[in-house]
This record gives sequence, C-alpha cells and structure tokens, in this order.
Amino acid sequence: MSDPFLIGDRMSGGYGQGPNILHGCTLAVEKGQIAVIVGPNGAGKSTAMKAVFGMMDVREGAVRLDGEDITALSPQDRVAKGMAFVPQTNNIFTSMTVEENLEMGAFLREDDISGTMGQVYDLFPILKDKRRQAAGELSGGQRQQVAVGRALMTQPTVLMLDEPTAGVSPIVMDELFDRIIEVARTGISILMVEQNARQALEIADKGYVLVQGRNAHTGSGRELLENPEVRRTFLGGT
Amino acid sequence: MDFLNALVVLANFVLIPAVSYGSQLALGALGVTLVYGILRFSNFAHGDTMAFGAMVTILFTWAFQAFGLSIAPLPTALLALPFGIAVTAGMMLLTDRWVYQFYRRHKAKPIILVMVSLGVMFILNGVVRVIIGPGEQRFNDGARFIISAGDFKKMTGLSEGLAFRSSQGLTIVVTLISVAVLFWFLNRTRTGKSMRAYSDNEDLALLSGINPEKVVRVTWIIAAILATTAGVLYGLDKAFKPFTYFQLLLPVFAAAIVGGLGNPLGAIAGGYIIAFSEVTLTYAWKKVATYMLPDSLAPDGLAQLLSTDYKYAVSFTILVIVLIFKPYGLFRGKAV
Amino acid sequence: MNRNALLFGFVALLYIITGFVQSWNTALAIFNMGLISAIMALGVNIQWGYAGLFNVGIMGFVALGGLATVLVSMPPVAEAWAAGGLRMLGALALGAATITAGVVAYKRLPLGRVRSLGVIAIFVVGFVLYRVLFDPARDAIEAINPASTGYLGGMNLTILLAWPIGGLIAAGAAWLIGKTALGLRSDYLAIATLGIAEIVIAVLKNEDWLARGVKNVVGLPRPVPYEVDLQQSTDFVARATWLGFDPATASSLWVKLLYAGLFAAVLLALIWLSQLALNSPWGRMMRAIRDNEVAAEAMGKNVTRRHLQIFVIGSAICGMAGAMMTTLDGQLTPGTYQPLRFTFLIWVMVIVGGSGNNWGSVLGGFLIWWLWIQVEPIGGAIMSLITYPMPDGSGLKAHLLDSVQHIRLLTMGVVLLLVLRFSPRGLIPER
Repeated sequence: MSDPFLIGDRMSGGYGQGPNILHGCTLAVEKGQIAVIVGPNGAGKSTAMKAVFGMMDVREGAVRLDGEDITALSPQDRVAKGMAFVPQTNNIFTSMTVEENLEMGAFLREDDISGTMGQVYDLFPILKDKRRQAAGELSGGQRQQVAVGRALMTQPTVLMLDEPTAGVSPIVMDELFDRIIEVARTGISILMVEQNARQALEIADKGYVLVQGRNAHTGSGRELLENPEVRRTFLGGT
Repeated sequence: MDFLNALVVLANFVLIPAVSYGSQLALGALGVTLVYGILRFSNFAHGDTMAFGAMVTILFTWAFQAFGLSIAPLPTALLALPFGIAVTAGMMLLTDRWVYQFYRRHKAKPIILVMVSLGVMFILNGVVRVIIGPGEQRFNDGARFIISAGDFKKMTGLSEGLAFRSSQGLTIVVTLISVAVLFWFLNRTRTGKSMRAYSDNEDLALLSGINPEKVVRVTWIIAAILATTAGVLYGLDKAFKPFTYFQLLLPVFAAAIVGGLGNPLGAIAGGYIIAFSEVTLTYAWKKVATYMLPDSLAPDGLAQLLSTDYKYAVSFTILVIVLIFKPYGLFRGKAV
Repeated sequence: MNRNALLFGFVALLYIITGFVQSWNTALAIFNMGLISAIMALGVNIQWGYAGLFNVGIMGFVALGGLATVLVSMPPVAEAWAAGGLRMLGALALGAATITAGVVAYKRLPLGRVRSLGVIAIFVVGFVLYRVLFDPARDAIEAINPASTGYLGGMNLTILLAWPIGGLIAAGAAWLIGKTALGLRSDYLAIATLGIAEIVIAVLKNEDWLARGVKNVVGLPRPVPYEVDLQQSTDFVARATWLGFDPATASSLWVKLLYAGLFAAVLLALIWLSQLALNSPWGRMMRAIRDNEVAAEAMGKNVTRRHLQIFVIGSAICGMAGAMMTTLDGQLTPGTYQPLRFTFLIWVMVIVGGSGNNWGSVLGGFLIWWLWIQVEPIGGAIMSLITYPMPDGSGLKAHLLDSVQHIRLLTMGVVLLLVLRFSPRGLIPER
C-alpha cells in the first residue's frame, strides 16, 4: 500500500516537557484533496496539525511528505519543502500592505513571484483592490484571505489551515470554503482544522474526528456526516 | 527692521541649533527604536555605542590627519566615518554573538536583556575611557561656518548676525540622507521588508521562512551606522566627551518613547520634539523680546524659563507627560 | 546553609587579610562602606528580587538621602531665613499648589478644549507667579555670605534623625515615579528612574539655596565623637596605650568601630524585617506576582499597586543608606554622584550575591565593595608591571597608567555579564 501524499503516522507527543497530548494519532491527505480535522474542544485538533507542521515534538510516530520522512525538520525547513501553514490568529503582518504580506509569503523564493501574486489576486479579487492598504485595516474575512494568500505565495504542495473561518460571518465562511475548494482543484492538498464541523465535512474528501488526542472516527466527509454516532455526538443530533 | 532682527536672533539661537540637535537625537532614537522593534528590549548601551563609534572615527581622523589626508573644507571625520561605522558594526555583531544571542535562544524576559545591555554599556564605557580617556576631544578640522555672523550682517545690513555653522549644516544634510536611505531600505528592499515583518509578527515571519538571525544581524549593523553617525555629528557640532554621550541616553530614549517605541517615523518626530522643547525652554528670550515688544514692556531679566542645567529635566518631563497620557507614544508604537 | 556560611566566612577573610596586609584602618573603612552598600543592595533586592522591578535610578534616591542629612542636621542660617526664607517657602507652596490645581482641574473638568486650555492656563500662570516669587527669594538667600553659607541651612536636629527622613524623601520621589511608570512596560520604569536620578543630581548641583550646590556642605555634625576630642581625653589615651595603640590610630579605629556598630544595627534590623516580610503572606504574594503577573491579576491582586508599594519601600531603604553614607562622609558633595558608582555597582552586588535572596545581596554588597576598592591597586600593580619595560615619560606608558581607574568599570561590567550568563541565580540563590 503506498503512502498518502502527506501523512502524520501514529503520532504521539506534547509540548516541551509536558505530558503527551496526542496518542497515536494519524492524519493524512492525498494530492489535491481536502482533509478536515473536527472534534470537541480540547480534543487536540490544533495540536495534531501543529505536530504535522513540526511546531510540537513528535515523540513516537513519523511525519512523511511524498514518501520522505520529515519528522526531524523544523517548521522553517518544512516551508522550504512545500508546506504552508496559516495560524488561527496573528496570521497577517498588520502594519504592512496587502501586497507586502504576499511578498513576505514568498520570501524564500528567488524566482519571479508576479505570476503567483496574480493567481492569488484572481482567487481573491478584493485583495487586488486593496493591495496598497495596510492589512490590519481590513475586515475579518479579508484578513483571512490575506492570510491564505500569503501562505499560497510559497507555491506550496500542502496548505494547512487552523480554523480559517473562526470569527467570520456565515456568508464569508461559505465564500472562504468555495475558495479553498478552488485551491484544492489546482492540485494543492489541504489539511484544515474546523470548528464548523458540518459545513467543513461537506467539502471534505477525508474527515478525521479526534477525541482526546486519538482518532475516534475516520472516513470520507460524506461517511462521517452519515455516521449516526458522529451525528449524535458532534454534529448536534438529527 | 526690528521684526527681522528678532527673526534672525530666533533662527540663530533657537531654530538652527534645535534642528541640528533634533537631527542628532532623531538618529540616536532611530537606532533605539529599531533595536526595540526587532529585539524587543530597550538598549541601554546605545549612548555608549554612539560614544564608541565616535571614538573610533576620531582615531581614524587622527590617523588621516597624520598622513595629511584631507577633504577640506569638509571635516576629515566625514572621511573616517565609514571606517568608524565598520569597526562599530563589527563590535556590535561580536557583542550579539557573545552576549545577546544566548538570551534570545533562551527566550529571556525583555527586562533581563535590558539588564544585560546595562552590562554592555559599562564595558563599552570602560573601553572608551581606557582608549581615549574621559576628557573632551575636539576633532572638527573643517571650515567653521557656512555663513558667519559678520558676513550675514554685511550681506543684509541687519544689526543681528546669523551664524550657520558647517557642523550644523552637515548634521542636517547627513541626517536627511541617512533617513531617506533608511526608509528606502525598510520600505523597498526585501531585507528591509523582512525586518518590518519580523518586527510586526515574529512567529509569522518564521513561518514565511525569514531567517531571524539574519534580521538581527542586519538590525545591529543599521544600529551601528545610526549610532556612529549620530555620535560623530554630535561630536563635530559640540565636542566628544564619553560622559556626555551617556547622558544623551535620556533624551534619546525620551525621543523614541514620545514617538512610540518601535516606530521609526515616531523616533524622528520625537527627536525634534525633544530638541525644540529643550532649546526653547532653556533659551533666554530677552533679546527676541526686546526686538518684538515696545520698550516699556521689555523684560528686565533674561526671560529664560529654565536654566540650561535642567535641559535633561525637559526631556524627562515630556517623557513623563507622554507616559501618563499616551503610553504608547504619539505615533502608535509596539506594545509587547 | 553550610555553603552560605563558608561564603560569608570567605568574605570576612578578605577583610581580615586587608587588615593584616594593609591596615585595620583601611579594612574598617572598607567595611563601613560595605555595610552601607549591603543596605543599598538590600533595598534594590527588594525591588528586583521580590517584584522584578528594574530601578536604574538608585543614585538619585541615595542622593536624596544625602540631602536629608543637610536639611536635618545643619544649623539654620538665620540671616538667610530672614532674607528670603518665607518667600522661598511661599514659592514652593505655590508651585505645589499649581500642580495640585492642574491635576484637580484635569480630573474635574469635562473632556474637551476647555479642559486642555484650562489646565495649560493654570500651569502657565502658576509657573510665572512661581518664578516671580522664587527668583528674588533665591537670589536673596544665595547672597548671604555665599562663601560659607548662602543657603537656608537645616533644622539643627541630630543627624541620626536624617536617616529615616532621608528614607521618607526618597520614598516620596519613588511614589511619584512609580505612579507614572509602573503598570506600563517594564522597560519604562528603568528609563524613568534613569531620568529622575539625573534630575535629582542636577537639582542638588544647581539649587545653591537648598544645599549649596557644587560648593558642597561640609562639616556635618556627627553621631560619634571626633578623633581630636578623643585624643584630648586622658581616659581614652590611657586606655589606648594600655591596649598598645598610639592615640591617633586608636581614635580613628574607635570612631570607625562606632560607625560600624550603628550601621550594623540598621542593617541587621532591615534584614530581620525583610526576612519577616519575605516569608509572610505578603512576601509570598509578591513572589507569586513576580512569577506570573497574569495569573495574579486574574486572582484579583492589584499588581500595579503592589508594585508601587514595593518600589517605594525599596527606594526608601536606598535613601536611608544614602543618608548614612553622607553621615559617614561628613559632607554632601553633589559633584561626586556618578551613576556608574551608585547605580551600576549596586546592581552588580545584587546580581552577584543572588537576586531574590536578602542574605545574598548583603554578601554581594560586602564582596563587590571590597573588589571595587581593591581592583584599583591590583590593576595598578599589574599595569605598572606591564609598562615596566617602557621608557619613562613615554606617552603610551602614561596613558596606560592613567587608564587604570577606568579598568574597574570594565571589570565590573564583565563580572555582571559573566554572572548573568553562567550563574544567573548568584552566589546565594533564592530558595
């Protein structure tokens, strides 16, 4: 059986000297697909994603990208390998313009970035209008677009999003999900943590329900949405 | 005629000195504010870095003078300045490697770094005094005046003279160039933008692949350039004395805080605010008043609001007022 | 505990060796200043060790304590009081009233242009009136016999009273600074204290009517007898010769011992109080606040208020030590207050001794003061060894010999950095 494109394989670990938060947790995403991590508060969703990105010690298990073991790499090195991460908060440079934010996203690239920048502006047209404005002056939804745009500037193969819709209105959320699907269609794998489980699972190719740092349920988005236990415990009945 | 004379006196004793002193403070405050923005601590060693840079420049100046090198009518120190900057930058990078880097790796609290910078300050202070001595050094060998008071009187026929010293003109020109280059660097170059990004959001800068150690190194180099330039200009304009540079720390910090720590534009504004307040409050207004007011109202005393011995009290008072009413400065600075 | 006793024993040994090698007079002189340094270090340790407050203005508080000795112990200058004393008091009262009125107006008036203009007007009018009253009063006072007095003098009370009063004055200044700079970023307190220290020294140097400025006040009364009086006393001379001392040495030693007794009594009392405070619920709360301000705040502790409290207490102790030091010197010389010596050195004592530990800062006080005094002769000896082969009269030799006094700055800076780096908890760490 060949590995998925990106896999965090049976990861266990925690922060610093602290106890394990993850216990043999597995996350994976195929090329061009969307994987969504859902679960109750404190289930270790964000932690699991940070483990995949190397922001937390993985004491057991491994992280492999395209067959290569990257468990020991620092987050910065993973960026160079084609992974991009959008944190939940503080995910833009507020004092810099939208365009400068995108430039900083492409900091590691030596080639011409104008093409990628054009693609980001095509994806988020509003950013093109506001490209000379300080990112801190934008609305919540626009800031998230800047954050995603910044991450896309590295031309990543994997895009990781930590609750991209936190604190934005439902309309903006739908719009953001549409964009994320568009990004996935260009061949970029997407791994995201979501609070709005139902909507997220609807667009997910693969879903992971985590409980207390363990995989509770795994399946396609549709399977999970139809799984009676998942419905009862996480999706609020019916 | 009286009005013109009053204007000339004002320009001569208030405007020109305040602008050149303000420029020197602005350069110093820019260094403090940049280090604060990137390394997130108030660098108490900055005044003594200015002294160190000025001292190295003076040593090169003497060497050049001994070889008979000169760029008259400009002071030889200007020729020595790049060498002074290079040595100071090297010193700063070594200090970072030997001292500050350790605390950065261990994510020490900012106040520990402040204390460490105090230690660095004393070492630099000692080094400067050991090498060049605690006394006063004058090293301005360029032309004294752009316009001397006598020439001005002859030119205009006014009874008051306007002296524009070349050190003042040099200060203003060099400051303008330095500030323009600095802002071009910060806003237009990749490295400069990465510095701003790092100052804005350290974690995200790391996620974007910005190398923090490189940002820190560049910051120290810029701080060395600014400190040395400020130190040399101040020394050309007044005189070089190690203890004076230590005392400059207070107005420099006041300027940086008044403008908003971490905000370069604020540092410049702060420098001029502090300088103008200091000069206007400690200037004896008698002469201006005599020209402007009818004889019956002319003041008997010097009409000096504060003795010049209290000029540091002015920066301190402004600092306190700003801390009370606008703790993050007039231009919003960084809150950590 | 054993280790600590050893450390204190080692420092004691340093002083004893000094006594044998140099002279007991020297050893005692260093010891007396060591006692005062230990008190200053104790005050700073309370601020830094208990609460993490970084005070870079120790010199200012020490100098205020020094001012207190003049104000308390010198005889009043009657002529000066007659010439302008009351006017001066009036001017100062007016100045204080202006500030109060400004603050009250700021608090009472509604936000807006009226308030801004009103407050500014109060300050401008107040300042003009103040100067109208102050300037002639100052000139009148300073004109009275400027070569020997030219100031208002003091209250002619015993100089021992200046110690607590010096503490009170320093506490008042600390309260003003703390009120503005505490609760903001931790660096701001450092910068504000740096500023106030410079200003206190500027005031002492320039306000001749207050304490003669750079003309110095000499001949402060002493809490102990004078050496000459002792040498005149047949009793004392008899006892001295019986002990095998010549009267001059004996009198000088005896006076120093008396000072040492006084200072040691104060130091011991302060240590006892500090230890009591540190181990009380109050001390535990302080350390809890220091270790986690956010959590303490969440538990309903008013962090800024506690910090203000401790900042005032620590500064008061520094002020008291300053008064004691001026008493020992017998004169107030504003020109000698150097930040390097009075602020920085104390910090080295606290850090080397062990921040957060009262005994540590006391140990640091004695050790570092001894080093500070001894580094110069040692450095001088090394330097003359280095320069020995150089021809006499060469510029470099003279320069190197000259620079010895600056080497101790360097030494102390290096010591501070090394301790911070390799042993940040100091010689006697906090438990």
